[in-house]
Amino acid sequence: MSKLRLGLRILLGLAVLAVVALGVVFWMHPGALPVDPNAIAANPTTQVINRGEYLARAGDCVACHTTPNGKPFAGGRPMVTPFGALYVPNITPDDDTGIGQWTADDFYRMMHTGVSKNGTLLYPAMPFASYTKVTREDSDAIYAYLMSVAPVKQQNRPHELQFPFNNRDLLLGWRTLYFKEGEYKPDNSQSAEWNRGAYLVQGLGHCAMCHTAINALGGSSESKAFEGGMIPNQNWYAPSLTSNREAGLGDWDIQDIADLLQVGASHRGTTYGPMAEVVYNSLQYLSDEDVKAMAVYLKALPQRDSEPPPTSQARLVNPAVMEMGRKVYATQCAMCHGDEGKGHAPAYPPLAGNRSITMASPVNSIRMVLNGGYAPGTKKNPRPHGMPPFSHILNDEEVAAVVTYTRVAWDNSGTPVAPAQANELRRLLPE
Amino acid sequence: MSPTGPIALLFAVLLTAGSQARAQSDAVPAFKEVDSIEARVQGCVTCHGQRGQGTNNGYFPRIAGKPAGYLYNQLVAFRDGNRRYPPMNYLVAYLPDSYLREIAEHFAKERPPFAAQDAAPADPATASRGKALVTAGEPAKGIPACVACHGTGLTGMEPGIPGLVGLRPTYIVAQLTRWRVGDRHAAEPDCMKRIATRLSDTDITAVAAWLSQQPAPKNPSPESSNLVRMPLACGSQR
Repeated sequence: MSKLRLGLRILLGLAVLAVVALGVVFWMHPGALPVDPNAIAANPTTQVINRGEYLARAGDCVACHTTPNGKPFAGGRPMVTPFGALYVPNITPDDDTGIGQWTADDFYRMMHTGVSKNGTLLYPAMPFASYTKVTREDSDAIYAYLMSVAPVKQQNRPHELQFPFNNRDLLLGWRTLYFKEGEYKPDNSQSAEWNRGAYLVQGLGHCAMCHTAINALGGSSESKAFEGGMIPNQNWYAPSLTSNREAGLGDWDIQDIADLLQVGASHRGTTYGPMAEVVYNSLQYLSDEDVKAMAVYLKALPQRDSEPPPTSQARLVNPAVMEMGRKVYATQCAMCHGDEGKGHAPAYPPLAGNRSITMASPVNSIRMVLNGGYAPGTKKNPRPHGMPPFSHILNDEEVAAVVTYTRVAWDNSGTPVAPAQANELRRLLPE
Repeated sequence: MSPTGPIALLFAVLLTAGSQARAQSDAVPAFKEVDSIEARVQGCVTCHGQRGQGTNNGYFPRIAGKPAGYLYNQLVAFRDGNRRYPPMNYLVAYLPDSYLREIAEHFAKERPPFAAQDAAPADPATASRGKALVTAGEPAKGIPACVACHGTGLTGMEPGIPGLVGLRPTYIVAQLTRWRVGDRHAAEPDCMKRIATRLSDTDITAVAAWLSQQPAPKNPSPESSNLVRMPLACGSQR
């Protein structure tokens, strides 16, 4: 026993000596000069590049200009459109295959007018109709950032568009109809915050690319801005941001809108599918102030109901369908979304009073039941909850019944859906 | 009490019993705390079971108890599109590395019981060919025994080699075939590619049939690494 104590004492003594010795070494060692992060950030070039990186995030350039698992900004990703496949170009500063030879003027002309360095007209898959609103200063910052990334030698792949869309001269007509050139003009009757939000939403955010319906010519009309529409070839419905029957945000708290954009999940709803991608690649990196500004602008969008609410006739549900839906809901859904559809937000979104559920298009609800989904893993929500797929458990009748149930139960104002609608979406691959 | 009362009650009890039986075959969402890893992985359960044991439905693999390194590699490959299966690619598309690692570690720790084998026994010739390939390989063709890397108990090896017990023959056939035709890859050097390209269709069927007939292992944990010299270099073990 005493031997053990002696041993312990010696050990303790040695430990104290070691600590003292380490302290002396630390104190006497010259080491490197302290790094002053402010000094680096104060360098004007670094500042511009950093701001450009931030703005490139806001514009979500990386999402299209990078193939999954490919080198950032090296292009090559196919964009499937109703007119054929476009292959997104390399925008790294490689002299031969990228934009290494471009000047800041070339870059601004492309952003502002949709015309490439060599004079070719860009296809509107590049959201220049939105990017035209970007200021010269911001365009220059993005240019400076892109020039600072690692150049990648990777030849651009020619587009595979069907006749007649492979003729770029047709774009002249498209531009006359749907393109209005011009930087964002602040509205002096609104707050600086509102204007900042409008600038981000209308410009770099290019939200209108999905949230404004696209017609047969691939154009979207300004008078229908943010009224929602199907996203071509992705088969998700981008809800209207102006209708209180869809995702109109008039009655949302600013914090819930900001959370939906930046966190990916909120107390009112959660993002999945293409919007989860936008949050994951872009919006989670924006500052709290910028996200709040976007929320302020979105909340203030004029609310106009483009169609009347469904008639009570249209909302009639066959009692047998309702009963089947209720049973499926009780077995498969109630555990997370609650018997009353209240959910456990933000982990499990509420279904009662959720307009993503009740809006006219049932596409997103059906897809969620078939394929499930995870909210994006973001800086503020790195471990999101997820919903499992039910496509292998529920048949078309059951999917339609449970979606119908969630659309009309708990005073929800939706309409029933048919098994054929579930069947149509079942045949598509999840994406 | 109206005479229909007890009958209605009996009916309700029967209905409940029915839904419980279904709950075991197709895992339905279930957890105790919303803020728990069990609640977070509910996105996995209808295919892989509440504890990763698999379900009766389809060919979805058992993932419980597979080494965390293997599960993590698969989740990353699904997210980045290097392993193609659209339902999985879609689900994990926007999840960060740290979270995929946590999900992998969660299922790697699980030890749910093995389900009884439901595949019909193979004919004797197929079974004996399968057994030979799994336990001894075919040195003349350069095919090592499965057990050389996947463990004598076929429960896998840390950190990157999966267990093979508790998998359905359809799943094993699909994976070996995908490897052979170049649809599925692992980190270079891709040892499974070298092995799968040396197997014939008959070999693959035989291996899958025999594996799916094996009883639950006494110790379901993967073997620790470096206990044996592996017959081929495997990138996923580095």
